[in-house]
This record gives sequence, C-alpha cells and structure tokens, in this order.
Amino acid sequence: MKAVRLTGQFIVIVALFAGVAALSDWPTWGQIPKGTGVVMLTFVHGADRKGECRRLTPEEIAKLPPNMRRVKDCPRGRRAIYVELDVDGRGVYQASLQPTGIAGDGPSRVYQRFVLPAGKHDLAVRLRDTARADGFDHQRRDSVELAPDQMLVIDYRPESGSFVFR
Amino acid sequence: MNVIRKVLRAGFELIERPFDRLFSPSLNPLAQLGALGFFFFWIVAVSGIYLFIFFDTGIDRAYQSVEYISRDQWFHAGVMRSFHRYASDLMVVMVAVHLLREFSLDHYRGVRWFSWFTGLPIIWLLYVSGITGYWLVWDKLAQFVALVSSELLDWLPIFGEPIARNFIATGTLTSRFFSLMVFMHVAVPLFLLFIMWVHILRISRPKVNPPRTLALMSLAALLAVSIWRPALSQGPADLAKVPNNVGLDWFYLPLYPLTELWGNGAVWAFLGAFSLMIALMPWLPPLRRARAAVIDLDHCNGCARCAEDCPYEAIRLVPRTDKLPFPTQAEVNPTLCVSCGICVGSCPSSTPFRRTDELKTGIDLPEYSLRELRERVMDTAAGLSGPGRVLVLACEHGAAAGRLGDTVVMPCVAMAPPSLIDFILSRDLADGVVVAGCAESACYNRLGVQWTEQRFAAERDPYLRARVPRERIAMVWASALAASRAETEIAEFAERVAAMPPKRLRSPLPVSSPTRQPKALETERGAT
Repeated sequence: MKAVRLTGQFIVIVALFAGVAALSDWPTWGQIPKGTGVVMLTFVHGADRKGECRRLTPEEIAKLPPNMRRVKDCPRGRRAIYVELDVDGRGVYQASLQPTGIAGDGPSRVYQRFVLPAGKHDLAVRLRDTARADGFDHQRRDSVELAPDQMLVIDYRPESGSFVFR
Repeated sequence: MNVIRKVLRAGFELIERPFDRLFSPSLNPLAQLGALGFFFFWIVAVSGIYLFIFFDTGIDRAYQSVEYISRDQWFHAGVMRSFHRYASDLMVVMVAVHLLREFSLDHYRGVRWFSWFTGLPIIWLLYVSGITGYWLVWDKLAQFVALVSSELLDWLPIFGEPIARNFIATGTLTSRFFSLMVFMHVAVPLFLLFIMWVHILRISRPKVNPPRTLALMSLAALLAVSIWRPALSQGPADLAKVPNNVGLDWFYLPLYPLTELWGNGAVWAFLGAFSLMIALMPWLPPLRRARAAVIDLDHCNGCARCAEDCPYEAIRLVPRTDKLPFPTQAEVNPTLCVSCGICVGSCPSSTPFRRTDELKTGIDLPEYSLRELRERVMDTAAGLSGPGRVLVLACEHGAAAGRLGDTVVMPCVAMAPPSLIDFILSRDLADGVVVAGCAESACYNRLGVQWTEQRFAAERDPYLRARVPRERIAMVWASALAASRAETEIAEFAERVAAMPPKRLRSPLPVSSPTRQPKALETERGAT
C-alpha cells in the first residue's frame, strides 16, 4: 500500500515537473512574421554646437579666475539632427533627434526597427546635422536584397561622414 | 481584496485537500513551497558550479562549450544543465505559488509584512539571475534575450549610447561581455541567497529544507525529466539575423513578447505597478491587531516554553528584573506579536484548575484572557444536554469558527492549554471535546496544529495528562471552506461519545466558580 502511494506521489511530481520542463522552451515566439526581415536604422552622432565660438576680449579673460581662463567661449548645447528614411520611395521615418544629456550637449541617438517583406528594396537615408535650413549634409541611396529573417543595419559613421548598410 | 483572497483560497482548497490525502499533510508540496524554493536554489547552485567547470567565456567558445556539455557529455554535464534549467524554472513556480498561497491565507499583513515585503526583491533578483543565465549560452534564445533586455534597458534614460547596438551586428561584441555576464550570473544569485535569508529572519522555525522523502522524490523526478527532455541550445546566435521563432522559457521571459505588443514603456509601467502593489499590499488595508500578549512576572519562572512555541519570534528570554529566584523571564516584542495565544497554551501556569480570585497565568492575552476562555467554556458547557454532550474548541480561522451553541472560538486552538481538556472532562462539563483547527497543512498561525497534536500526544510540553481519556477527544483539521466535512466529523464523534459508558474520571473539586483557597491549595500544579 505504501509503495502504491509512493508511486502515486512520484507520478504526480513527475507530471508537474514535466509540465514545467515543457514550458521552458515551448511554445515558440516569433518576433517578425514569416518571410520578412528587419531594417534597423541606428546610430549615435553629435551634431554641431548651437552657436559659433566667440573669441573673448582680454578684459573678459582677465575677469575669469586664473584657473578657468580660456581664449574662446563655446556654447555647450548641440543642434538636433534631422533624419529621414525612405523605403521604395515612400517616407517611413522622419525625425528631429534631440541631443542627449541634461545640458543638451550629448550626441543624438536613434534606434528604429522596420519590418519589411523579404526581397529587393530601395533604401534612401538622409541626415542634416548643421545649421542649414534645407537640404542634407549626408545621404545614401541603395538597393538591397533583404533575406527572410535578415537584420540589415543602417549605421552612420561620423569619422567618415557616411552611412553604412551592413 | 477580500473577494480575490476568498476565490484564491477556494482554488487552493481544491488542490490542497486531494494533495493532503495523496501525500499526507506533512509531505504536501503545497505546504512546503518555501522549503522547496530553497531546495531548488541549492540544486541550481550545485549544478551551476558543476557547469562552470566546462563553460568557456569566449565569444565563439561560449556556445561551443555549452554544446559540448549538452551533446558530448550529456550523461553528466548535460543532465546537470537540465537540472540547472528546470530547477530554476521550478524555483519561479515555487515563488509564484508561494506568493499566491500566502496571499490567499492572509499571511501578508500585520507582523507578516516583513516577509512579504522582502519577497519582492527576491522576485527581482530571481529574474535577473535567470535572465543573465540565458545570455551565457549565446544561442538564438540568448540573442533574443540580449536584444530585448538591452532594448528594455535603453528605454530608461541611463545609457548614453543604446546598448542594444552591441547585439545587432557582428564585430561589436567581445569576449569580455561574457566575463561580465558570468560575474553577474554568480553575484546576483549570491545576493539573492542573502535576501532569502533576510526573508525568513522574523519567522520562528522556518522550513528551509523539505521533508527528506519529498526532496528525494523531487530529485528523482528532476532526473527523469532531464533524461526525457534534456535542456538544449537553439542554434548559435547570428547577429546578422533576427532571432525569430525562439522557444521561450515562459517562466522567466513571459514579459518579453509583451515588449513587442505593448512597447517597452508599458512593460516598465507594468513592472513598476506590480512592484508597488506588492510592496504596499500589507497596508491595503492594514490588519487590525489585538493587543500583544503580556507577561505576569508573578507567574512566570522563565521556563522558555512560550518562547519555544511562538511562531513569530515575538518572545525571548531576558535576565530577571524582579527579585524572584529565577535567572530569566519572558519578554514579548509587541511589534512581532499577533496575539494568537499559542504562548498562553504553552505556559505551565495556564491551568484552569487554578483556584484564585482571578485566574492568572504567566503570559496572557489582554483582549482574550485565560480567565475569559475558562468562563466561556463553562458558560457554553452549561448549555449542553443530552447523552453525547460535546464541546467544540474552535480556531477562528478553521471550519468550526462559525458554529453556534456548543462552540468556544479562540484565535488558535493551541491557545487552549491541554489542562483545559482535562478540566472540561474531569469537571463533567462535557462528555467529549472536539478541537477544531485549520487544515493541517495550512495552519493560519503556522504551528498551532502541530503544537496541539504534539501536546496531546505527550511529545511536547505541556502534556495532556495520561488520565484524560483520549477516546473522548477528537481533532478536526479543516479549513473554513470545509465546514460541511467538519460538521460531519463532529456529528460522528458526538454519536460515538453518546454510545460510550459514563466517564469514571472525576475531579475531587466542585464545579462551582473558583474561590479563594488557603495558600497551599491555591494552585493545582502539575495538572498537565
């Protein structure tokens, strides 16, 4: 009788544990639909300062504490970066990316994901990071072949001033 | 809140009572959730140390070493990996069910706020431990976890550069990342263990080890499940691809799909609201507490039985402050006392046979004294009639709490000193006594059922005297939702008592109210 009871207890425990084991990797979760890929627009880039540096006069320099004397006075705040992304001629993203940081002197950042059907796509990305009112400082247009489940990253390299598709 | 609690309790009753019958109350896994949580923690720790021997913290070698563990060395390291994962999952299950069960039992308010409150960081640390573990495997699931976790963290305005950028293209991740994750995966569980210790600090006799039979069966079941369904990786991480269609661990990662459906901000809002709700629940609304037990030093010799029996660590022994010739005296910490009365039942001075003007004992409840208990017993007994006069001593949280007429209700049945049973039967106040408490595996005051059974079995001081006829005592352990079963058992017992021959046990003392007696007769010590 004791053996039967122990067997019953063991069966219940095994059944509970088996349920837990099953739920440890099932059911599966799909981030994106079948037959699609992802284009990720992401970069970190600091635009120009909001204003031009101004040369201090000798009187102004003399007024500063000796350990803080400098020749130029440059505003800390950076401009916002304006960015646009077109996919197959259609604008899918336009944003003015504010600088980060409490004083607004950090780089602007973007991290945007676009799920697209697998296949050929025309991508055009444009960026304005200076004081100009219209037009763009950097841009790239390209055709890409997006495979299912592929992650295509559009990055911007400030050192070369160019966009990279990878 | 009351309605939710009642619905939950009813749900637990449906599972607990069959489990009580199958496992016995002492082995019922639902009454061992905390202990099983600790048990699975140790399995995770030991298996983790074993796996670390084989694990390599390189960007490519991490996955390969886990594959070597799971495939080439499946018969030991692979089994250990399965133990590691499934015991971790079981720990989440234990924590979740433990939380719901304690809530359903109203074990989270009053002095119990501390254990409830410290359970919250346990949940957070448990999840951080598990999630960092999944990163280490560096398979498709790890990539998914890394990506979603970092996107969640990036939503907070903490990091200058999005850390998720490290997981979307090859060449950005270095082996140092795995060293960092290993450090976190070791440090966070260590901190978790520390908080688990804090969690049980205010509990007397915390159960941190399950009964041996249950532990052995759990180990055997883990082994069986590990062989049947070994924990495996889901293909190497490929940063050029979206980690799509991954098999999620739904115990650790149930919120990850929600980041897609709700957005990261909503998931953070949910986590914040959940944490805030858990943290504030003990005071929504606060539990009304009766006044704490008080010590009467004239009747306390510092025997320590009350301190031994208190389930809440509310009583301790301190050096004597009066001139009586005993080294210690009991002291009650009012902030920890729930006024359950278990200490009253444990005090050797708590004997209703004492013949003083005002019945006194070494430790008593200001709002429900031993004197009042004796008076209620005598008043209730006076109303009993017929051949099978049965008096019910009921716990206010158990099935018999709502009975009228022949029932005396108290905060916990362990408040009734064994000498009270002797008193009732020897003074012919009743022909039989039913002690009706909570369900055996769900005692509201944790140890009331256990102490009562041990006192009646003469295994724990104060004993029930040998002269008390055991066949005239029945113990009914049933929750408030099992009132009909309790009624049936009480009725059956009353029938048995009615069929018994008259009692031979008689006290030489009269039934009338106690009056002042000469000093030598003032107490009938040793009644228990």
